[in-house]
Amino acid sequence: MPGEARGARRDGRIVIVGASLAGLRAAETLRDEGFEGELTLVGDEPQLPYDRPPLSKLVLLGKAGAEDCGLPARRPIDARWRLGVPASGVDAAGKSVVLADGERLPFDRLLIATGTRARPWPVPGEAALEGVFTLRTSADAGRLVAALDAGPRRVLVIGAGFTGSEVASACRERGLEVTVAERGRAPLIGALGGTVGDWATRLQRAHGVDLRCGVTVTALTSAGGRLTGAEFSDGSRIEADVAVVCLGAVRNTEWLADSGLAAGPRGVACDAGCRVFTMYGIVTDDVFVAGDVARFPHPLFEYQLIALEHWGNAVAQAEIAAHNMIAPGPLRRPHLAVPSFWSGQFGLNIKSVGVPTFSDQVVIAQGSPEERRLVAVYGYRGRITAAVTVNRAKWLEHYRRLIESAAPFPPGPGAADHLADLEPVPSDVPDPRVLTHGPTVALTGHLPDRRLTLVRHDG
Amino acid sequence: MQIVVDLNRCQGYAQCVFLAPQVFELHGEEALLYVPTVPDGREEHVRQAVAACPVQAITAGEQAGGDSGAR
Repeated sequence: MPGEARGARRDGRIVIVGASLAGLRAAETLRDEGFEGELTLVGDEPQLPYDRPPLSKLVLLGKAGAEDCGLPARRPIDARWRLGVPASGVDAAGKSVVLADGERLPFDRLLIATGTRARPWPVPGEAALEGVFTLRTSADAGRLVAALDAGPRRVLVIGAGFTGSEVASACRERGLEVTVAERGRAPLIGALGGTVGDWATRLQRAHGVDLRCGVTVTALTSAGGRLTGAEFSDGSRIEADVAVVCLGAVRNTEWLADSGLAAGPRGVACDAGCRVFTMYGIVTDDVFVAGDVARFPHPLFEYQLIALEHWGNAVAQAEIAAHNMIAPGPLRRPHLAVPSFWSGQFGLNIKSVGVPTFSDQVVIAQGSPEERRLVAVYGYRGRITAAVTVNRAKWLEHYRRLIESAAPFPPGPGAADHLADLEPVPSDVPDPRVLTHGPTVALTGHLPDRRLTLVRHDG
Repeated sequence: MQIVVDLNRCQGYAQCVFLAPQVFELHGEEALLYVPTVPDGREEHVRQAVAACPVQAITAGEQAGGDSGAR
């Protein structure tokens, strides 16, 4: 077909840093679309690619081993794998990736897919106590599930975002006593706002969670190097054998500090086609980014740069990035997928489309806060920007179309179980800084990560 | 054989639960749980589930990278 293959870059060397979901799906897409050159995947974990969502659900329930969550291959990729060694830098001018063991991997095009890691407990001495855990990797999950198997008298979950809430749910299902501490007003408030957060409060309490909101953990107490409990900002204290630190994620961008790329704590900034910007805001044409670490403009959200810690975004963005790495300019595609995610907790299926935090109002279109089902529709300045369902997933597609077409908010009749009182209320999205848990969507705005320092290259 | 389900796409039709109950189960009304490493002898059931899924949300295959010698 004329034009289709002309200018396609099917040969050369591609290095993908990050061998998890985004890195793997990008590699498969590259081969699918005819890339015939050398392909190298670099991963800091020793394992082959595995799926993370089951770790906080299935694995904690004991229904699968932490090491049994490997991702299936969609197709052979004929790649060289460098696992168990992190990348430590990029030489952008010399076009090579430097690994922590000193090896240099030359590239013609680079994909950054280094994702995030769990934010550690801020007091190192307390974080190192026996009985204190984070949950991000399969190794983390293996350690935590062993501690839960030992039958702790009480588990403390610090942070009531999605991970914290799923951990609490698994503990209750196992019959373990659990205390959840959250500085914000309600669980899930960082992702879903206060109106739906109040519903999550009732849900957790109905399942026997000792939920403490509006408090912070001021100290983890210990004896002989072992966790014994925690003290809270309201003066109360509990005894606990296990603490799970669920403070959200830190983006793995430190290795790019000297790269000259627009990388910082909020992610790696890129254009709509996943091409990474330099620190001057100039777009590169050989460095791409995908997955949790990417910070990209989305037209549905006023071109604000957003970073999504979503499984579906990792897959969709990896496919776009891979396509654009080999397609000639006019055939490149933008990454425009409507954000979506799910969570399973307390026997309920919570799903979302759009960006609920990009909202000023919300209406409950189906169900009520007292029921175990819910459809909440979010709006921003009179247009629909998100919808969240609880055990009503089949309705999400309808709302996805309304979001994509910028339909007016509040929504008209349809897909609601009552015609009266579709009365918008404030969605009550808090400032993320007041929360214990980091939200899984970061609206990172138009501002750069930090003050620009002008660096002049010699020659 | 490994499986992964795109749970954004999953609508809880539960065809997989009927065809391979050792691998897929519903947790509550519509939250799907599945065993990512398919137990030996259940591969054919999983292949049927992959084919039958009305929203084609299930991917099955060998462990990614498993044929590369990497470990």
